[in-house]
Amino acid sequence: MNLPLKNISDLRTLRHLLQKSRDKNKPCMTICAGTGCQATGALEVVEEFRKEILHQSLEERVEVRATGCHGFCERGPLVVLRPEMICYTHVETKDVHRIIQETVLEGKVIENLLYQHPKTKERIIHEYDIPFYKFQQRLVFGANGEIDPTSIEDYIAMGGYQALEKVLTEMDPEGVIETIKRAGLRGRGGGGFPTGAKWEACRKAKGKEKFVICNADEGDPGAYMDRSLLEGNPHSVIEGMLIGAYAIGSEEGYVYVRNEYPLALTHLGIAIEAAKKYGLLGKNILGFPFNFTLKINRGGGAFVCGESTALMASLEGRVGEPRAKYIHTVEHGLWDQPSNLNNVETWANVPIIINRGADWYRSIGTETSKGTKIFSLVGKINHTGLVEVPMGITLREIVYQIGGGIPKGKRFKAIQTGGPSGGCLPENLLDLPVDFDRLQEAGSMMGSGGMIVMDEDNCMVDMARYFVNFLQEESCGKCTPCREGLQQMGEILNRICEGRGKEEDIELLQDLSWVMLDTSLCGLGMTAPNPVLSTLRYFKDEYEAHIQEKKCPAKFCKELISLSIDPEKCTGCGACLKVCPVEAITGEKKKVHQLDGEKCVKCRACYEACKFDAVFIQ
Amino acid sequence: MPVDLQAVCEIIERHGNQKASLIGILQDIQTRMNYLPRKALVQVSKSLDIPLTTIYEVATFYKAFTLEPKGRHTIQVCLGTACHVRGGARVLNYLENRLGIRCGGTTKDLVFTLESVNCLGACALGPILVIDKKYYGKINPNKVDPILKKYQNSKLGDSMESNP
Repeated sequence: MNLPLKNISDLRTLRHLLQKSRDKNKPCMTICAGTGCQATGALEVVEEFRKEILHQSLEERVEVRATGCHGFCERGPLVVLRPEMICYTHVETKDVHRIIQETVLEGKVIENLLYQHPKTKERIIHEYDIPFYKFQQRLVFGANGEIDPTSIEDYIAMGGYQALEKVLTEMDPEGVIETIKRAGLRGRGGGGFPTGAKWEACRKAKGKEKFVICNADEGDPGAYMDRSLLEGNPHSVIEGMLIGAYAIGSEEGYVYVRNEYPLALTHLGIAIEAAKKYGLLGKNILGFPFNFTLKINRGGGAFVCGESTALMASLEGRVGEPRAKYIHTVEHGLWDQPSNLNNVETWANVPIIINRGADWYRSIGTETSKGTKIFSLVGKINHTGLVEVPMGITLREIVYQIGGGIPKGKRFKAIQTGGPSGGCLPENLLDLPVDFDRLQEAGSMMGSGGMIVMDEDNCMVDMARYFVNFLQEESCGKCTPCREGLQQMGEILNRICEGRGKEEDIELLQDLSWVMLDTSLCGLGMTAPNPVLSTLRYFKDEYEAHIQEKKCPAKFCKELISLSIDPEKCTGCGACLKVCPVEAITGEKKKVHQLDGEKCVKCRACYEACKFDAVFIQ
Repeated sequence: MPVDLQAVCEIIERHGNQKASLIGILQDIQTRMNYLPRKALVQVSKSLDIPLTTIYEVATFYKAFTLEPKGRHTIQVCLGTACHVRGGARVLNYLENRLGIRCGGTTKDLVFTLESVNCLGACALGPILVIDKKYYGKINPNKVDPILKKYQNSKLGDSMESNP
């Protein structure tokens, strides 16, 4: 096949050749090599498989493929043998030989590597039967488990760039915009703004050049959906941006990626180079009078750069300070030209909508929130990972059916959605459907997709303090309400957590919140009060306990707890003494140990170290 | 300490001498030199015709940049929400006490720099520590000392191979 591809026919021929040459029934080990699994040794597992297969000359019989993130992060490293979809969890290098021998060659399943249900203890063989996967609808994320993200041919073979073909051959720009509008796609970065309307406004705007931008600055702590999409399926984003550029009339695009995502940067870089080589980026794409180039910009480590005007300032080489948005960026954005900015997941939804049609897309989700959403389900949950669910599913289904409930038999306390801009929802709201508007009504928001689960050992006042402290650090400082408001809120919340809260603090927090909501320059300041307001709304009793009784009901806040050793349980093993960083514990071997409360810094190292439950917190 | 201005100029040229690429240029200088030396920033100011104060504005705004030399090993504690909920702040606290420095600082012997990071995206392993790009998961204050020991005994050469 000659490169670059000169026309649609070339692309179709290539796809056909690739599909014909690949045997769908040939066994293939797909091994998750996303950042999460890499951190638990996935790359060593991949190497071991490759070595063993070479050593036993089995290349013709089984393929080894390192893929992007599968999503089931809690059970990594993950190995899925296709086509049967036998799923092995927590795989180590020492398991590789056995997997090849028993599963690949002898067709047997290895019980202790299978997923085990935490309650029923049932062992499940196939990925599609595991509750974590079974209740998801993995339209956007599904390909992550199948393809090698560094291979453009994998993407093309599974149908990639077909949406681009359709757009170039059958649709005009207005038609594309109508389709996206009809599908009801709303921004997946947090704002939920109707994507079709944004594209239309940008198309209509006047300027000497137009830009399309992908916001991959995913700053919400605890959210990593975009990272996994870029690591695992970067071409889906490129294809989406190509379609958007065609619709809007843009020839230049930027992907702004967080500096803290090295693997995503690498894979996206490889994908862009490959797309250029194949003629899918550049001039006269596939023989049409359509030019488009894509550049990557790395973030500098500033949460505020996830805000669209701050991001554009950063692209221009300036500090990430936002500006007022009554001047719309679709008319005056990057370099004062019409610019269309969308989130990674939003762009990745575009090829799917074009391929399968707006009416099909509309059939998924609720009246006002169509399609699916990827969430990062993290915190105090059994099945930590990335889940893609149809809009309208309830929080309860996500936490218990997919998430497997709360570990260590603890009680659910709250679920936080929307990152630092969102809110904490209590147990009695678990039946709320996931939907842009319903979550907002309850005092939270969809946000970019972070979903943090908290249990009885988490303090809600501390959660509010955590988010306020985070935002205080990240505030750009340009406008007074945000800069000063967050500082004051931080001081008040710190005082409360340290046992120096005053009666009037609650009202003061509420007043500060309303001022910040109404008068901050950008979304950071405007939504900063949400964690405070939602915890005050649903967990006021915890605030009152901290202020009036100087107690932390969850026994979390350092200054309000004290640790001691129970002389009846202590065996004098010395484990606590060894780990204490300030030498607050004394005692002889086999004799009861003592904890000096004055020296204790409440780090809980002793509590974690003690195997006899002799350290208690009050 | 001598600063390789030749390398700085090469980096600026690689970015096409563009003012808009200031952030990318500073990132590459930081990667090469482990921090942003003043002399390098003066060179950038000259080459791109950007006021030095503007460069300092950018260098002090973004967390990726540091104006002070870093330690041989950088310890990053994830303080993302998921790690926080699982006790990440306690791990940071423990390290501060153990090393005798505040978060953001470097030990006097220039062995360790302690930083916090807001979400590395490996939440299933929380709380997480990253030392020179190596991830340590499910950390609690109890598990810190044996890990630190590994790096305390390492020689200068060891840290180099972990940098790509």
